[in-house]
Amino acid sequence: MKSAPYLLSLPALLLFGAIVIIPLVMTVLLSFHDWGQYKGIEPVFVLKNWHEVFTDSYFLEMFWRTFRIAFFVTLLAAVLGAPEAYILNRMKSPWRGLFLLVILGPLLISVVARTLGWALLFGGNSGLINKALVSMGLISAPLPFMFTETGVIVALTHVLMPYMVLAVWAALQRLDPQIENAAVALGAGPFTVLRRIVLPQVMPGILSGAIIVFALAASAFATPAIIGGRRLKVASTLAYDEFLNTLNWPLGAAVAVLLLVALVAIVVGASRLVERRYAQVFG
Amino acid sequence: MAFLSLEGLSKHFGTHVAVDGLTLAVEKGEFVSLLGPSGCGKTTTLQMIAGFVEPSGGAIRLEGRDLLAVKPAKRGLGIVFQSYALFPHMTVAENVAFGLEMQGVAAAERTRRVGETLELVGLGTFAGRYPRQMSGGQQQRVALARALVIRPQILLLDEPLSNLDAKLREEMQIELRQIQRTVGTTTILVTHDQAEAMALSDRLVVMNHGRAEQIGPPHEAYERPATPFVASFLGRTNLVNGTTVRPEKIWFATSGLAGKVRTRIFQGNHWLYQIETADGLVTVIRQNTGEAMPGEGEAVHLAWAAT
Amino acid sequence: MSRNGPIALIYHTLFVIFMLAPILVVCFVAFTPEGYLSFPTDRWSLRWFYAIGRYPEFISAFWRSLWLGALSSAIAVAFSVPAALAIGRHRFRGRDAMTALFMSPLMIPHVVLGIAFLRFFTELGLGGTFVGLVLAHIVVVLPFALRLTLASAVGLDRSIEHAAISLGASDRTVLRRITLPLVLPGLISGWALAFINSFDEVTMTVFIAAPGTETLPVRMFLYIQDNIDPLVTSVSACVIAITAAALIALDRAYGLERLLVGRSVDGR
Ligand SMILES: Nc1ncnc2c1ncn2[C@@H]1O[C@H](COP(=O)(O)OP(=O)(O)OP(=O)(O)O)[C@@H](O)[C@H]1O
Ligand SMILES: [Mg+2]
Repeated sequence: MKSAPYLLSLPALLLFGAIVIIPLVMTVLLSFHDWGQYKGIEPVFVLKNWHEVFTDSYFLEMFWRTFRIAFFVTLLAAVLGAPEAYILNRMKSPWRGLFLLVILGPLLISVVARTLGWALLFGGNSGLINKALVSMGLISAPLPFMFTETGVIVALTHVLMPYMVLAVWAALQRLDPQIENAAVALGAGPFTVLRRIVLPQVMPGILSGAIIVFALAASAFATPAIIGGRRLKVASTLAYDEFLNTLNWPLGAAVAVLLLVALVAIVVGASRLVERRYAQVFG
Repeated sequence: MAFLSLEGLSKHFGTHVAVDGLTLAVEKGEFVSLLGPSGCGKTTTLQMIAGFVEPSGGAIRLEGRDLLAVKPAKRGLGIVFQSYALFPHMTVAENVAFGLEMQGVAAAERTRRVGETLELVGLGTFAGRYPRQMSGGQQQRVALARALVIRPQILLLDEPLSNLDAKLREEMQIELRQIQRTVGTTTILVTHDQAEAMALSDRLVVMNHGRAEQIGPPHEAYERPATPFVASFLGRTNLVNGTTVRPEKIWFATSGLAGKVRTRIFQGNHWLYQIETADGLVTVIRQNTGEAMPGEGEAVHLAWAAT
Repeated sequence: MSRNGPIALIYHTLFVIFMLAPILVVCFVAFTPEGYLSFPTDRWSLRWFYAIGRYPEFISAFWRSLWLGALSSAIAVAFSVPAALAIGRHRFRGRDAMTALFMSPLMIPHVVLGIAFLRFFTELGLGGTFVGLVLAHIVVVLPFALRLTLASAVGLDRSIEHAAISLGASDRTVLRRITLPLVLPGLISGWALAFINSFDEVTMTVFIAAPGTETLPVRMFLYIQDNIDPLVTSVSACVIAITAAALIALDRAYGLERLLVGRSVDGR
């Protein structure tokens, strides 16, 4: 009887041990191997790649850019997505379901297709957005979007927005609608209700959404690869280049492992903070 | 020899003692209730009889045979769970037929017995419905039919009526008692409702902290409670002059314990009084016979029969 | 429930435009009659949809993606069911660590997984094979399958199984007649969610797919890397249309919210 749960989970455990743990350990080891243009990968133990990653300002700047993009994407998603989730939650029955489908649906549409849409909208100087902005007289010269951080941030915000709306929406579902009415009955205006009653209660939802969006933005690949191109590298596109173009696998592995470690540290740290902050109230 | 006997039955969860040396002998055809406050170990006791919880100590015997050696699936007990535990993906008829199917009863015989049992619980026309299409009381009767149809040696009922509203509960109590009388199945009912236990059972087992405080017929437990806990659990009590007296056994007299009416509440068929006396607050219940009764603030004297 | 004010509705409209614009743009451009990227103004044309037929690698990549998604999701569900029963219904040492392990593919960047699998499969001689793709996809979709099977395992009332046992059912009968039918809706929605995620996966797959084993998103991604032309918009438009149809069907069947928020799926 005592061994039943272990027996039941054994197949999945074996599977994960064989094709998750072993490959990850191999990747960490790979990052310590040597590599040369002509000799290829040499299975020796050197700190060369790590030394390079930590001292070369190119890598420093690239990681800094990766997390800067992730930060702004998270901020935009929270600031834009949370109000939308609230509005959605206040809608009447058929509209609510319809717009939930419209806003969450893109989550399931291929990232490549969605990013292609942004590439078309940005489209160099002739892109639709610039044409619209110029014709409205808001700008005089076209703004560069393709191959810029701004472009990557806008497209990634769009790609990851559903996760934020989903997280806030889930928090709103747990909210007792009577509490808002109680506050109104006590004489609170709509803005006060929003700020003092609703926001504190959905804050855990916003924060957990932010953690998800941040993690996905920092590890995003297809969107920065298409919008940023060769010119604007982030951690994952750089690792891709090292692996499939330069063929310097050990260096690519070091970049990838560093990305993983940094991300796990940030996500775990942030989750702890959020949990500690809200455990007393919502535990 | 008793039909079902629990001998020094115990259950520990870690350091917590849920059931503590419970000994009980149930006769064939008897209706016994396990009564006690929440967490006193009633469900645990029932689950040990059913075989879903393994006892830490003691024995359970059915007609002298060791029941603990029998697998839960082979004990042949009928169980009505607190949540009913109906199979949501099966119709009422399929639910009731399930046990017969497990016994390998032939299809024709099965249909006949399912129909019969559904008639017995008054659900003859509901055979094709799914549980979610029925009210709480109807679901409860399906659960009862499902347990009865296999003609169990013992029927175990875990708070089967606690989810129902007061009126429906009363109706179901009467129905349950009638069905039990007709079929004659030995029944053990778990409840924390003392009125329900007294109304239905031949004998009560009043439990507290995993122990049986008193085992006996309802009126005996009520009239001659073995411990202060039993006295207070089976209805209101007053402690006056060092003896416990039931509120309805006290009347207003011209002499006796002096006091003043603090509150008077009308409850339809009776009046509920709180009287301030030198011995503290005393609760008095008087039948509403239409006569004038003392009002709030009036001085009164209380009398009761010596026991 | 109070109504939304005009400002809220304007905001909502802009938000919906933001969410839909890139998707609609792709679909519009796909209908251009010209040989270059442009909006169809006076004339609509299907020429770029017909053009897909001349690129068999898109067609075969589409079928490969379908098979890959169906197969890896089914296997992931098969692994999830016993694991979900263990995690959802037992308290045991290492339970939390095990749950974290099974959910970890959600947290590990897919680039890292791609690199790890590339190295691992190359060593094993599985580099660029369909088998390798299936193994890798099982891992990345398993958290989705597990989450929904777990929800239905937790939502299952233990006493329902006890009731069946008390009526004389054997362990196998309980599993077959009671437990599995009750968790089935959870399994199906878990499979569907896993399938969608496999079908869309590009980051990890781009590392481990070879020219003969490219999936549709990988083929589209590599194509865009070289040049963006109306062909890839028509392919994307097809993908969007298929996804939208699947989405509406899923929403009708289970409710998209339940699928994505991962609410417990009961036996109904
Ligand atoms: N699986 C378990 N693990 C640990 N403690 C348990 C377990 N099951 C029951 N207990 C404890 O044993 C005691 C008795 O529980 P039991 O369920 O038998 O109470 P009960 O009399 O049926 O109460 P209620 O009227 O609330 O249903 C309780 O204190 C409970 O917390
Ligand atoms: Mg109980």
